[in-house]
Parts: sequence; C-alpha cells; structure tokens
Amino acid sequence: MASADSLSCQEVVELVTEYLENTLISEMHERFEQHIADCPGCTNYVRQVRLTIDMLHQLAQEPAFPGTKQELLQFFRNWKKGSGFC
Amino acid sequence: MSERTDQPENPFGVTTGQRTALTNLAGPGISAEDVHLIELLRSGNEAAFESLVDCHTAAMLRLAKVFVTAQAVAEEVVQETWMAVLVGLSRFEGRSSLKTWIFRILTNHAKTRAQREGRSIPFSSLPDVDTAVISNSSEPAVDPDRFLPADHQWSGHWISFPLDWREMPEERLLSQETHACIDRAIEALPPGQREVIILRDIEGWTSDETCSLLGISAVNQRVLLHRARSKVRGALEKYFEKA
Repeated sequence: MASADSLSCQEVVELVTEYLENTLISEMHERFEQHIADCPGCTNYVRQVRLTIDMLHQLAQEPAFPGTKQELLQFFRNWKKGSGFC
Repeated sequence: MSERTDQPENPFGVTTGQRTALTNLAGPGISAEDVHLIELLRSGNEAAFESLVDCHTAAMLRLAKVFVTAQAVAEEVVQETWMAVLVGLSRFEGRSSLKTWIFRILTNHAKTRAQREGRSIPFSSLPDVDTAVISNSSEPAVDPDRFLPADHQWSGHWISFPLDWREMPEERLLSQETHACIDRAIEALPPGQREVIILRDIEGWTSDETCSLLGISAVNQRVLLHRARSKVRGALEKYFEKA
C-alpha cells in the first residue's frame, strides 16, 4: 500500500536523473530505491533511461570527417616551420 | 572560466609567438597529462597533434552543428578551431583543461559563424530555470496522461507500465534506424539541452567538465540533462512501440 511518505511513479520519473547522478539526499535516495524495489513499471523506466544513455554513447563511435584532416596536418607542418621549431 | 579564447586578427598568417616557455602553464585546471601534451604540441610533434584531432573532432563536429546546421559549415568551423588552437597555444595558460579550452574556441567560432549566417542564437547555455525544483517543471519527463489521475486511490502511478527494453532483440536497440531516431530527437531539442546531452551522454564528459565549458551551474546542467534525456527516452519509446 502507498504510505504517506512513499513516492508516486510520477515523482520517480522526475527524480531519475538526480538518482543516476547520485545527487539525491540520502533520505530521498532511499525512498527512491524503495519505490523501485516494489514497482516493476519504474524499474523498467529506470532501465529505459540507462539504455537510452548507453545508446546515446554509441553515437560517439561514429566516424568523424576524414577529408580535411590532411589539410589540417599540412597546416600543422607550416605552423611548425613558422614557429621555428624544426 | 576566463581562459582567453579570442582569435588573432589573422589566424592563418601568424608565424611568431608560438615559442613560449612552459612556465605560463600554472593554472589550476591543468593536469600533468595536459602539460605533457602541450609540450609535445609546442615542440611540433605531429603525431601528438594528429591523435588530439582524432580524439576530439567527432565531438567538435557534433557540437558545432548545434549552431550551424550545414555539415560543410560545421566542418569548416572545426577546421578553423584547430587552426586557432595552434595559433593560440602559446597564450594558453592552463586556467581550464586543454579540452575545455579547445571546445570553448569551438563554440565561439560556431556561434560567430551562425550569427554571420543570420541564424539567431538563443541563449543556448542558459536554461530557463534557476532552481532545483525539477519536479515542478513545466516540462514533465513523461506525459501526465500515463499516470492515474489525482482522484484515484493510486494517483500518480502508472496506468500501464513502461516496457522492459531488454526483452527486445539487441539488433533492434543497435540498429541504424534507432540511431536515426535518437539523432532526430536530439535535433529537436533546444540548444542548451542539446549541448548538455551531447557532452554528457554522447561524449561522456563529466558534469564538472560540462559545467565549466558551458558556464552553467551543476543544478542547471542537471535540469537540462534531465529534460533532454527524458525527451530522447520518450522518442525511443514511441519509436519502439510503433514498429
């Protein structure tokens, strides 16, 4: 049963970022975890957010532009010459 | 916070001034690793420069596109940034990390370029909230219709549970279409939220690094991250339900 100090699912979804960032005060952190332990919906919700973060991080693996890198390295060589380092 | 990121008048023609002793690297933001890397760069070590370019270019491109939409323009902005980094290297004093300094030059270049092209730059780094009261946010993380109404005994609880995405085939989660869905969701975000989710979740920056680059408080950063993540999750949920 929902007791007076238990969080609702609607509250949990607004706290999930603070929970994952570990910035909830310890009492709230506990209440959050208690709710999750009893609520399959919110357990799935937190999992979805974690998976979203994992999927976002996969985007970082996509290749950058290769075309202009040679130009950039040529600029570096000129810069080096100009600065009298070689 | 106040590292100089302005550019010289002629960023491509400067030939003097790069040779500077490392004694000016005394700032609190500088790590031993950065000092070593800057030493290599200043001594003209091309491999060090190339690996730095490889390491940061994808993220720079992604961040530039928050401000300039065309891919070609974003690539130019990244190119200009690297040139400005080399030219400005002698002035770098280590008041922020090398990475933060490079990305600050990037965002300055991108914003300048966007303005020149007549795109209005919203207060991209300024979230529209100043408080930590995320729960009273005008932008709920989840559509309120997903929860039981106030007059219900279980008010605020799910009407139907979110699905367990782990039950989906992994190919689904990793597919190109899923990536495209995430890209579209990110493109639809306001610039401030976009910057934060790119840096934190795509590029894996820490909260401190992100706040330092964007010049925002940890609380504001969390609010922006929360809104951005919630929207991307919501977009994925819709996408997965449809197919």
